[in-house]
Formats: sequence, structure tokens, C-alpha cells
Amino acid sequence: MITLNDVQKKYSSEVSIGPVTLQIPSGGITALVGPNGAGKSTMLTMVGRLLGIDSGSIEVAGYDVSKTNSKDLAKIVSILRQENHFVTRLTVRQLVGFGRYPHSKGRLTTADEEIISRSIDFLDLSELEGRYLDELSGGQRQRAYVAMVLAQDTDTVLLDEPLNNLDMKHSVIMMRHLKRAAAELNRTIVIVLHDINFAGHYADYICAMKQGKVVEFGTPERIMCDEILTDVFETPVRVIAGPEGPLAVYY
Amino acid sequence: MANLISLPELAGHHSSRASGAMPTPKVRKRYWITLGIMIMLALLFGFGLLAWDNPMPVGTEGFWIIAKMRAGSILTMAVVAACQAIATVSFQTVTNNRLLTPSIMGFEALYRVVQTGAVFFLGIAGITFFTGIGQFALQVGIMVALSVALYGWLLSGKLGNIQIMLLVGIIIGTGLGSVATFMQRMLTPSEFDVLTARLFGSMTNADMSYMPLAIPLMLVAGGYLVASSKKLNILALGKETTINLGINHRREVMLTLFFVSILMAVSTALVGPLTFLGFLVATLAYQLADTYDHRFIYPMAFLAGFVVLAGSYFIMKNVFYAQGVVGIIIEAVGGITFLIFILRKGRL
Ligand SMILES: Nc1ncnc2c1ncn2[C@@H]1O[C@H](COP(=O)(O)OP(=O)(O)OP(=O)(O)O)[C@@H](O)[C@H]1O
Ligand SMILES: [Mg+2]
Repeated sequence: MITLNDVQKKYSSEVSIGPVTLQIPSGGITALVGPNGAGKSTMLTMVGRLLGIDSGSIEVAGYDVSKTNSKDLAKIVSILRQENHFVTRLTVRQLVGFGRYPHSKGRLTTADEEIISRSIDFLDLSELEGRYLDELSGGQRQRAYVAMVLAQDTDTVLLDEPLNNLDMKHSVIMMRHLKRAAAELNRTIVIVLHDINFAGHYADYICAMKQGKVVEFGTPERIMCDEILTDVFETPVRVIAGPEGPLAVYY
Repeated sequence: MANLISLPELAGHHSSRASGAMPTPKVRKRYWITLGIMIMLALLFGFGLLAWDNPMPVGTEGFWIIAKMRAGSILTMAVVAACQAIATVSFQTVTNNRLLTPSIMGFEALYRVVQTGAVFFLGIAGITFFTGIGQFALQVGIMVALSVALYGWLLSGKLGNIQIMLLVGIIIGTGLGSVATFMQRMLTPSEFDVLTARLFGSMTNADMSYMPLAIPLMLVAGGYLVASSKKLNILALGKETTINLGINHRREVMLTLFFVSILMAVSTALVGPLTFLGFLVATLAYQLADTYDHRFIYPMAFLAGFVVLAGSYFIMKNVFYAQGVVGIIIEAVGGITFLIFILRKGRL
């Protein structure tokens, strides 16, 4: 479970995010949606303790993120950022291997190697594992970063737009896998998505943000309706019944 | 063990796959061959400096007396190469920037200001009185204290941002350089002569009495940084990934910069400013080592530094008979080598 209590971030006198009070239940996928600049990345990086909180408090699985030792948090929560700095001369496999650092402190065991291999296979990167990061396409690189976060193997996983740059096939594969991990292994996954139909189909909960505040939180059935989506995204949205559930149409 | 990726159908046999520092045996082999060649070159130039043009026949007593005198400059080169190589590689890693070096961040300007200030305020009498290991320790102390104050101030508080630190460092460096130039204009010609001799320190007449302090400082600071290779590999991935993996980013950056400042201070106080060497050596080492892993980059960088220094001296001394202008050959030969590498490979 992730608990946010009156969390606030002041970037400047005009821009401030929050106050946000929210409980994200454990086990399951929560999709964070909202227009550009709504504060999704800010919220997520604060939960992942990459960004300091100005007031309020955040707990992940019972640990206060601003008080708990960062070394211990690294085994509880992992986060993928929207943008990533990449190093030359680092191969996909070496990058994914860094995900094991909180557990192995740089001495990879056979068990670590096994987890790294599975993480790579799952993201369909087996053929590319020896490639250097600067020799990959944007979507392949994005998948390598997701593989690294998964290799970290934490109960709580925070992903900021992991579908960025991914093609249809890989988007679907990734979402299906996350769905199963959440259901079968009881992982808590918070994921920022821009495609509301992906959120509606795969998420257990949808959290909608707008202008720094959480405006809606609920199941996809409740959020996927004309009024709420039109209001959140500030553009006319119509929800129709599709073959696999509701579909938002906004073209 | 139930983990996020241990879903049944994904399990398989992966035993042959491993994530070492070198992705393929070919890369590994290339590394060790390159390292071997660098060691040979280092030995060749080192021995060449000792023996070449030695008027006494090899093995005689006179030969060893002359060789011993020259050994001091080889030791100096080794210490300077280690300091510059380890400092620059570490600095570029924690700042995630391969274009800047610690020498641009005001280190040399600081050295110039301290030396100029000493002549300016104490006069020739004062400065000649003020020599030996005491002045070396003081010089190193002042440089380390000032740079730690600067990094500490810039990296703490709201502006805890490395890019801003770099910018302010460069501006302060330029400012200090101007202060030194300004003071130099007000010196008498004879004072200026004494100062010039100090500002253009040279490998061949570095003061051996500094060594009992310089070597331990180099070993401690360099040793710490080499021992943190695994953390530095992660710091290279940027601040956010480092924190995500549970490493205290601010603490590691501060510690690294502290030891970098010791190494730079030792090198500068020993032989004076060497603006281009660190950058050249680090860049060569990245190309030659061809890995992200600091455990393998450091030895290559040290060897590259020693080969460049010893090679330049050897060539200047025995080919051009002009060992005073080694800085020029380091920049010319080094710059050209650097350009060839970059143009051939097309990346840093
Ligand atoms: N470092 C910063 N300094 C100042 N303002 C910032 C900073 N980062 C974000 N902001 C502002 O905070 C607000 C929220 O930004 P945030 O990145 O959280 O949005 P987001 O919902 O993730 O948007 P997107 O969908 O575009 O990724 C925006 O108005 C943005 O301009
Ligand atoms: Mg964002």
C-alpha cells in the first residue's frame, strides 16, 4: 500500500503540486492519467524518493520514504523515470544487471544472473542483450530500462510512461505481463499512461490528476465515462462499448 | 523464490549467459592485449629515459649514478599520471560529463593565485625562505580546503545541482585566473622571474623532498576512488538511477570530489598546471578500455598518462633536445591522437 498524506511540492510561486491525500491499495495496477503538466511525474518521483517533499508524508509498504534508509528502500520500491541518462559502452545485459545492485552490491550470483536473464527475455531483448545502449532504437532502449527496474525485483514498482516509444506488440506484452505480476505475485504497480484505453483495460484502479491535484480515483468502470474523461482531459471524449470493454474515442 | 519475473513459462536455462564487465571474449581479449601493449610502452619509455644518452656504459657504477638521478623524474611522472588519471576519470563520472576536467574547475587558477599571492605579499625574500615540504603541504591544504568549501556550498541546499556547480566552478576559475594575472602585473621583473620558475614546474626538477607526503596522499585518495569502482559505475548512470538503487548520491559525489581535489592538489603542487593531460588521458582510456567498468578504466588511464608523459619527455629530450617544452608536445601529440580516435570511432 502507498499512502500519501497532504503531500505538497512547490516548484515556484506559480507552480505547485498538491496537496494530495491518497491511498493506493497493494496488489494491482494503478494507472496515473492526466494531461501534460498535471503533476504525474512529480507525484511518482516523490513516492520513489527521487524528489524531496515540501510538506506532508509518503509511506510505501509502511515505510516513510523520507525517513527510511535509501539502501533498504531500494529493496522495497523501484522507479523508472520518464527520461533516462545513458552511458556509452554499456550493454543491455550490463544495464539490467545494475538492477540487482541493492541485493548483490555488485557481486552477481548465479541466482542474480538468472533473474537478469528472465527480465531480459520477458522484454524480448534476448537477441539484443550484448548490444551497447547507444546502438539501440528508442523503444528498445526503453525496454532495457524497464528490464532493469524489473530485475530490481521489488514489491512496489513505479513506472513513468514505460510505453513511451513502444510499438503495439511490445506495449501489449508489457501490460499483460505487469497485469499477471500484479495478480499472481501481489505486486503493487503504479504506472503513468497516456493512452486511456490501455488504462481502462489493464488497470485495477485509475487515478486522474489535473493541475497538481488528484481529481478522480476509482475503478476503470467508474472512471471510463464521458463526463469524467472530458473533464479530466479538457477535450471532448466519448466512451463506447467495445468488444473488450469500454473504449474512449477522442479523435 | 517468487519474484516479479519468475512466472513459470519464462523460466529456462540461462546458465551460459553472464553479465561481466566485458560483453564478449573478443572484447576481453582486446582489453588485455591493449593493456599489455601499454605496459610495454611504459617500460620502454621508462627505461629509455633512464638509459638513453647515458654517457656511461650500461651496468657501470657511473651509469647507475646518472640513472638514479633520472629515476626521480620517472617517479614524479608516475605520481602525476596516477593523480591526473584517477582524478579526471572520477570527476567526469560523478558529474556525468566527459568534456570537463577538474583542472578547468579552478584548480590551476587557484594554484596560480596562491603562488602569485605568496610572491606578491611576501616578496622574494619571503618566498625563497618558504620552501620544502612545508610549502607543499600548505599548498595542498589550501587547495583542498577551498575546493571542498566550493563543492560543499554548491552541492548543498536548494541548488544541489551539479550543472550549476560546474558553471560556477568555471566562472570562479576564470575569475581567479584574472586575479593572478592582475597581481603579476604589479610585480617587479625579478619577482616575476622567481614566480615564473614556480608556475612552470617541470617533471625533471620536481622537488624530491615532496615525495614522502605526495605519495601517501596519492595512494590514499587514489586507493579510495579505485576501491569505489562499483559505486562509480552506478553514479555514471545519473542521479536518479543511483538513488533508485539505494546509493546516497550526495554523499558519494561529495566524497569523490574531496578525493579528486586531493589528487589534483598533489599533482599541481608537484609539477604545476597540466591543463590538457587529464582530459586527454581519460578520453584515451575510455577508447582503449572500451568498457563502462571503472575497475578496468583506471589502470588503462594511469598507463596512458604515464606513456604520454614519459613518451613526450623522451621524444623532446632525445629527438628535439628541448625538454622544457613538453607541455607543447603533450598537447600536440595528445590532441592529434585524440582527434584520430574520435574521428575514427565517432563517439566519446
Ligand atoms: N524541475 C521543475 N521545476 C519547475 N517546475 C517544474 C519542474 N518539474 C515540473 N515542473 C512543473 O510542474 C508541473 C507538473 O509537472 P510533471 O512533470 O509532474 O507533469 P506530468 O503530469 O508528468 O506531465 P507529462 O504528461 O507532460 O509528463 C508542470 O507544470 C511543470 O511545468
Ligand atoms: Mg511526466
